[in-house]
Amino acid sequence: MTQAAQNAGMQVDQSDVTGEAKAGPDPHYNFAYLDEQTKRMIRRAILKGVAIPGYQVPFASREMPMPYGWGTGGVQVTASIIGPDDVLKVIDQGADDTTNAVSIRQFFVRTTDVETTTHTEEASIIQTRHRIPEQNLSEDQILVYQVPIPEPLRFLEPRESETRKMHALGEYGLMHVKLYEDIATHGHIATTYAYPVKVNGHYIMDPSPTPKFDNPKMHRMPALQLFGAGREKRIYAIPPHTAVYSLDFEDHPFEVQQWEQSCEICGAGDTFLDEVVTDDQGGRMFVCSDSDHCNRHQEAAE
Amino acid sequence: MYVAVKGGEAAINEAHKLLAEERRGDKAVPELSTTQIDEQLSLAVDRVMTEGSLFDRKLAALAIKQARGDLIEAIFLIRAYRTTLPRFGSSIPVDTAEMGIRRRISATFKDIPGGQILGPTFDYTHRLLDFKLAAEEGSDSEAPHVGNADLSATDALLDDAMPRVVDLLGHEGLIEEERPAEDDAEVGDLTREPMSFPVDRDIRLQNLARGDEGFLLALGYSTQRGYGRSHPFAGEIRLGEVAVEFIPEDLGFPIEIGELTLTECQMVNQFKGSAEAPPQFTRGYGLSFGHCERKVIAMALVDRALKGRALGEAVEGPAQDEEFVMEHSDNIQATGFVEHLKLPHYVDFQSELELVRKMRRKATDMSAESADDEIVEAAE
Repeated sequence: MTQAAQNAGMQVDQSDVTGEAKAGPDPHYNFAYLDEQTKRMIRRAILKGVAIPGYQVPFASREMPMPYGWGTGGVQVTASIIGPDDVLKVIDQGADDTTNAVSIRQFFVRTTDVETTTHTEEASIIQTRHRIPEQNLSEDQILVYQVPIPEPLRFLEPRESETRKMHALGEYGLMHVKLYEDIATHGHIATTYAYPVKVNGHYIMDPSPTPKFDNPKMHRMPALQLFGAGREKRIYAIPPHTAVYSLDFEDHPFEVQQWEQSCEICGAGDTFLDEVVTDDQGGRMFVCSDSDHCNRHQEAAE
Repeated sequence: MYVAVKGGEAAINEAHKLLAEERRGDKAVPELSTTQIDEQLSLAVDRVMTEGSLFDRKLAALAIKQARGDLIEAIFLIRAYRTTLPRFGSSIPVDTAEMGIRRRISATFKDIPGGQILGPTFDYTHRLLDFKLAAEEGSDSEAPHVGNADLSATDALLDDAMPRVVDLLGHEGLIEEERPAEDDAEVGDLTREPMSFPVDRDIRLQNLARGDEGFLLALGYSTQRGYGRSHPFAGEIRLGEVAVEFIPEDLGFPIEIGELTLTECQMVNQFKGSAEAPPQFTRGYGLSFGHCERKVIAMALVDRALKGRALGEAVEGPAQDEEFVMEHSDNIQATGFVEHLKLPHYVDFQSELELVRKMRRKATDMSAESADDEIVEAAE
C-alpha cells in the first residue's frame, strides 16, 4: 500500500469524527465507493442477468463497509449503476426511515452526493429490503433488491454444485414436491415470503424475502428489477415487462395475504399492513408498511 | 402510541456518539495509542492482518483501537478498507526456505539441520497470572533481561541453512510431491473471482488463510477426534521474515519491495496408499501473516482433511466437506449474516403471524370437531 493511500484512510476517519457536512461526494473515495473496474465487472454481471432473466450470475462481490446481511449486494448493484443525475430512494420493510435504510442512504449521499427522495415516483433508483413499493413503478425506474439467499432451492438442497445442476436441467420436481407436501399437511401452501417464482417460463427464482403479497407486482413490471446478493456473490435480474409467475397448482391457485382491517393512519384497504403492538393487554393496530404510500394517501384524504 | 422504528436518522447519530464515548472510556485514563497496540498487543494485530488479508501493522492496530478490541470487527474494518486499494499485480512466490528464522520447531525429528529454535513461545510457560504486569508502572524494569546485545548474539548462533523439514522427507520420496500447476502464472483470488466448486488448492488455501481462527480450530480438532482422521504430525512450524519480490512490468526483473513476517506450518500425515499411489506421507499446509501459530496448525489439518476426496478417502467428517468448510469459514460473512437477524424483519414476521393464526384456527376447529365426535360416541 502507498503511504498516500494510508493517509487518505486516516483522514477519512478524522472527518468521520468531526462529522462535518461536505459538499460533493467524499473526495477520498471513488464516486459511489467502488472503483471503476469493479463497477464494470458488476455491470457485466447485471447485463448477463438481464439477458438470462432469473439466472443467478456469479460475480466477484466486494467487501463493503457495511456487514454482509445489511444489503451489501444491493449496495454494490446500486453503486455500479448510479450516476450523478440519479435520484435515489432507499427503503427497508417498506419504510424510508428504518435505521438500515437511513444508513444506506447516508452512505450514497456521502460517496455520490446524489439527490435522494422518499417519494416513490421521483426516484430513478429504488433500493429495497423486503418490500416492493405499493405504487406502480415506471419504465424510467430501477428497483434494486437486497438478497440474503438467492438460491430458491437452498433449503431443499444445501449444495451449490447440486442446485446449479438442477437449474441447468430445469429439474424443479423437488420444489413442486415441497409445495405439494405443504398442501397435503396444511391444506395450503405454507410459504408467506420469499415465495418462489418462475421467470420468463424458465428459471425458478427467489424474489428475496418480500412477502408473497408483493409477488404479483413483479409480473410484467415496467421497471427493471435487479437483485444483488453480496455474501453469496450472485446477481440476477428481471427485465421490464417480463412474465413472473408464482408457483402454484391448478386446484390450489396462488393467493396473497389479506387483512380484515384497513390502515389506521390512512385508511387504505389494499396495502400490506404491519401489525403494531400498542400495549401489553393485547392491543394492536394495523398500519401501512409502505410509509411513503401511507403519507400520500393521508395527504390526499385531507 | 405508534412510534416503532421511525426517526431512524436521529437515532443513528446519537448511537454513534455513544459508541465513540464508550470506545474512549474514562477520560481520566490515558488514551491507548495505535503504536502501543502494535507493540504490546502484537498477536491481536497479527490475527487482524491475517484474517483481514492485508499486511499493514499500523492499519491493523488502528482497526483494533476503533473496534474497541473486537477483533472480528477490526478484521471487518480492514477488509472494507482493502476493497478500495488498487492492485498492481502478484509478487513472486515468497520462499519460506530462505526465511530469517525466529522460531522453528519440528515434532517429527529430534534434531534437524539448523537445529530446533524455540523462539518466543507460550508453549512452556506456566499459565500463572503474573501480577507484576498489573502494576501500571515499573514492570519494564523487572522485565526479563534479553538486551539487544544478547539478541544479536543469539542471531549469530543461528545457522544460515535451515532447510524445510518436509523437503528432507521429499528427497526420499516419502512424502507426496507438490508441484506448481503448469499455468502457475495466474494464482487464483477469491476476492476477485467468486468460488466455484470444486475449487483448486490455491483458492482453498486462500480461503483457509482468511478463515476464522476459531472455526478452523474446531474443525481441525474434530479431525483429531475421529471426524475425518488423518494421523497428523507437525513436520515443521517456522516463524520469521521473508523478502517479497515483485517484477514491475516496465523493469522486467525482480526488485525487493519489502519484508513480511510469516508463520508456516507443514503437517505430515499418514496415507495408506491407493491404486494409483504407493503408501507415503501426505501434506497439510498452513500460512499466516505475523505470528498465528494456532491458526496455521489448524489450517494445515483442515487443508489435509480437504484433500480427502482427491486421495480417494471416504468423506465422512465436516472438515472433509469442501463446500461446508469453505462456505462457512469467513467470519465477516458469518458474523454479517448471523447478526443481520438484528435488522427489522417485521414484514416477513407479519406474514408468518398471519399464517400461524390461520393454521391455529384450523387446528382449533378440527379439535372442536373431534371433541364433538367423542361426545357423540360417549352418548352412544
